[in-house]
Amino acid sequence: MPVEMLPQVDEAGADREFLYTLNFGPQHPATHTTLRLILTLDGETIVKAVPDIGYLHSGFEKLGEDLDFNQYVTIVDRMNYISPFCNEVSWHHAVEKLLGIEVTPRCKYIRTILAELARINDHLLCVGAAALDLGALTAFLYAFNEKEKIYNVFEAASGQRFHPSYSRVGGLMNDITDAVVDQIRDFVRTFPKALADLTRLLNRNRIFLDRTRGIGVLSKADAVNTSCSGPVARASGVARDLRKDEPYLAYPDLQSAFKVVCSTAGDCYARYLVRMEEMAEAVKIIHAAVENIPAGPVNVALNDKLTIPDKMATYRSIEGLIQHFELFMWNRQWSPPVDEVYGATEAANGELGFYVVSDGGPRAFRARTRPPSFIHFAVFPRMIEGHQISDVPAVLGSLNIIAAELDR
Amino acid sequence: MPATLDTLTAKFPGAFTTSAFRGDQRVSIAAEKAPAVLFDLLKCLKEECGFDFLADVAGIDYLNYPNATDRYGVVYALTNLATGERLFVKAFANDPDPSLPSAVPLWAGADWMEREVYDLFGVVFEGHPDLRRILMPAEFTAHPLRKDYPLRGLGERHNFPTITRAES
Repeated sequence: MPVEMLPQVDEAGADREFLYTLNFGPQHPATHTTLRLILTLDGETIVKAVPDIGYLHSGFEKLGEDLDFNQYVTIVDRMNYISPFCNEVSWHHAVEKLLGIEVTPRCKYIRTILAELARINDHLLCVGAAALDLGALTAFLYAFNEKEKIYNVFEAASGQRFHPSYSRVGGLMNDITDAVVDQIRDFVRTFPKALADLTRLLNRNRIFLDRTRGIGVLSKADAVNTSCSGPVARASGVARDLRKDEPYLAYPDLQSAFKVVCSTAGDCYARYLVRMEEMAEAVKIIHAAVENIPAGPVNVALNDKLTIPDKMATYRSIEGLIQHFELFMWNRQWSPPVDEVYGATEAANGELGFYVVSDGGPRAFRARTRPPSFIHFAVFPRMIEGHQISDVPAVLGSLNIIAAELDR
Repeated sequence: MPATLDTLTAKFPGAFTTSAFRGDQRVSIAAEKAPAVLFDLLKCLKEECGFDFLADVAGIDYLNYPNATDRYGVVYALTNLATGERLFVKAFANDPDPSLPSAVPLWAGADWMEREVYDLFGVVFEGHPDLRRILMPAEFTAHPLRKDYPLRGLGERHNFPTITRAES
């Protein structure tokens, strides 16, 4: 988009001719992905910031109307690709609400554990990259060390490191093995030490403190008014966490295992601290859940005709084979009620919701995503105005904007 | 939740219909009433019923939907942060000029979400401070999430102007 098509300095622009415009992005190391800011500057002070997004828009929601409930998992994976499993859980939470499916206890626990691992993964990237943008490379490397271990768990569980596509309507692609459980136990044992290292590197780091404290302050009233959720809202004092307020999956059983982390400062440092503490809480959830994974099947019963049978049932029994075909023939599949639901879960970045409209067919008539990054990036101008240009990476890093989710 | 619906019925008699599915309470406003009623209804919900958090604004095109009477639906997903209740307010709009009042004066968070609905569905929000396209390029003319827009597009990408290095 040409610069002149965007609103420039408006009122009183004539007697403020010293203002100049700077393009920040779309290709800039601190934006990490493709997003663009048009900054109006007075010296180094930002007078006005106009975000320009859409560079990564690839019509995910249009695809959601063309792909069936299982196929679309591969697309939601690519929204927030740092914590893809949180997206899968959210998508199938909405679809299962539409279809009226109650997944098995084992599936609930496995989904919960993997979603919390994905949350840690997301927070590690956010914290590490925020530190990297402010010049602290060591913290970034420490964070990525742990991310590798999480990717190893996903690889062992689903065969895919980055985009697991592991969730299915009514269950999971396959059950996890004991080796995966051991890997998760191992991670729970070693991660607190790594988190403590990360804390020691940053929490009292003079440079990090000076560049994040008091920067990008978002008041509680503003956070509510601008629809912020997740760590961004909690750092401003909004004590809302869907894991506590609308418990889903195994969270009703795990309420005593974790606390909601809040701060009242609302600045970049508070958002950093909330993410760090949420990682500690997530480890507690995983620790409580991994020792209590119920036995039993991971998918809902074959007779419900909702879930893909495993290969053994497909190739060795006529019922399994028929059901396999029923769920893959484009004119059979599911027959949900002609209605619409909103299902939301607490993803790493905040409330990730799907508004699914069904016309009775096996595909969503409309699959609207409530993307937390999109909503948080809309708040960015009011956070940054009045600050220095060097604060842009600090605020961007603290919001954890994932452009693939922003533009979808 | 019944108290909220009673308040709404008392203040806006006959202006909306209610429905519920799997615990989601919905309030629907038909296209002929939505321009006059929607803003006051949202304001009443925000200021009198405590629905202070606008979680989402979703656009839907109901073209060829079973038993649909109006074409475009815009769903305001409201949350009461004190009680955790959710309420979905759905307002309809119709061709040729789909238009609804903007909720930006009530919630600043509606700004980008309404821009997205405008961009992808072409529903105009009256009173929006900055109603521009947000995801699609400014020179794009269609509204791609409408049901009559094909999945593979109308060939827009093939007609993009080619800019050489000398011209740039």
